[in-house]
Amino acid sequence: MTHHTAYQHARVQFNGQTFDATEQDGQLRLANGQLVAFDQVQWLPPLAPLARPRTVIALGLNYADHAKELAFKEPPKEPLAFVKGEASFIGHQQLTVRPADVAYMHYECELAVVIGRTARHVKKEDAYDYVRGYTVANDYAIRDYLENWYRPNLRVKNRDTCTPIGPWLVDAAYVHAQYGDPMNLALQTTVNGKVTQSGNTRDMIFDVPTLIAYFSRFMTLNPGDVILTGTPDGIVDCQPGDVIVTEIEGIGALTNTITLATR
Amino acid sequence: MSTSELPIHGTVYGVLLNAQAEWQSASALMNEPPYKAPPAAPVLYIKTANTWSAHDTAIPVPADVPDVEIGATLGVVMGLPNTHGEPSHVRGFVLLNDVSVPHSVQAQGFYRPPVKYKNLDGFLGVGPTLLPAADLTQPNDLTLEVHVNGVLRQTLDLRQMRRPLNQLLTDVNDFMTLQAGDVLMLGLDICTQGPEAGHRPHARVGDVIEIQAPGHAGLGVMRHTLVAAPALEMPA
Repeated sequence: MTHHTAYQHARVQFNGQTFDATEQDGQLRLANGQLVAFDQVQWLPPLAPLARPRTVIALGLNYADHAKELAFKEPPKEPLAFVKGEASFIGHQQLTVRPADVAYMHYECELAVVIGRTARHVKKEDAYDYVRGYTVANDYAIRDYLENWYRPNLRVKNRDTCTPIGPWLVDAAYVHAQYGDPMNLALQTTVNGKVTQSGNTRDMIFDVPTLIAYFSRFMTLNPGDVILTGTPDGIVDCQPGDVIVTEIEGIGALTNTITLATR
Repeated sequence: MSTSELPIHGTVYGVLLNAQAEWQSASALMNEPPYKAPPAAPVLYIKTANTWSAHDTAIPVPADVPDVEIGATLGVVMGLPNTHGEPSHVRGFVLLNDVSVPHSVQAQGFYRPPVKYKNLDGFLGVGPTLLPAADLTQPNDLTLEVHVNGVLRQTLDLRQMRRPLNQLLTDVNDFMTLQAGDVLMLGLDICTQGPEAGHRPHARVGDVIEIQAPGHAGLGVMRHTLVAAPALEMPA
């Protein structure tokens, strides 16, 4: 087998078994050496299982334009964060359930930061040393269920199937070498091929180093923990059958299809 | 922190305002901004793994947090994946102390998610043992006692929960599936009498907190000591 400097990592199911895999010339190189096509596998979240529950922090109103869209009166002094359960994650090319009785369910294309080293009291200038890699998340919200108690409440944000993530965990070393840092990457969402959201990570109110420094002041982040960094302007309702592709420059394009709840 | 000695291993969910007395104390403000209406569905939050403190360990309290709220409750540990809220899916029970930086409905502390109040390192005391579900057939009838330095500070009556266990499981599973190993708190309460009436008991560095359920020795007596930690120096 040739040595290949893979920087895109996936986890997939193939023939009923779970494999770590890397991208190689438009195919997947499974950990057992086998090469398979993208469409031969079921994609899982690109995150290795942990012995403890993964901490998943998500940001609200972290883009200046999205904050404006949602009628935020003044710029926030500190991040608006909530915690999600890992069980809401699904992989690339899976189905997300829309309840039958709702009027407004929207995607949120987000840069996901995966922690690589135990992070505690991290200085902003050292923060990138603690990043394992980056992936794309689609942090769906169902606005019908918004209540003003611990808002956004988990009924809006922690639903089964409602956080697609992947397809790739891209090495931080690659992103930093290629782009300097992840703070100037284009984001885009398409619904059935039509562009509905476009933005850039440079418009984050609290950038990745600031977020790592902020959270690690009071909560230790451990390897495998994830920070979803918020979404820019341009959210629209998604209906059953819609194909949503959330894409971030250099990180990947995450495909998801909306399906109607069966009950 | 090693988690191997802990009786829990799944995601821990707490629930806001499940106790009747706490609901009543907040009710006058529920229709006011920023809340504008009482909560309809269960309002949940997560105690991340960095918060877990095993029985008989120290809980660090940052120097700029003068006191903390003690949040005694019963943790319901799920067995098989639960999609219909049936009690047969409960695997067992464990005592929990959901420690918080004080935040109140009056100060609009219940409007945004409580990450900076509830997810500090060590801020979830976990009881010594998992009591199998078969050994606690009436979890809603439990009484919990909170002692600080040997003095009884709160008696918490789980019969006063607005959503008893089965109702809570049904209403939570209506929007998310609790996984095997996940833990759902039955609810915290405020003190209803004595000098601390109207809020949870508070504690500070040096205090030894013990929580137990009289008559249910199988849950054990959970003990934690609050110790000094460096200031957080969070943004104002």
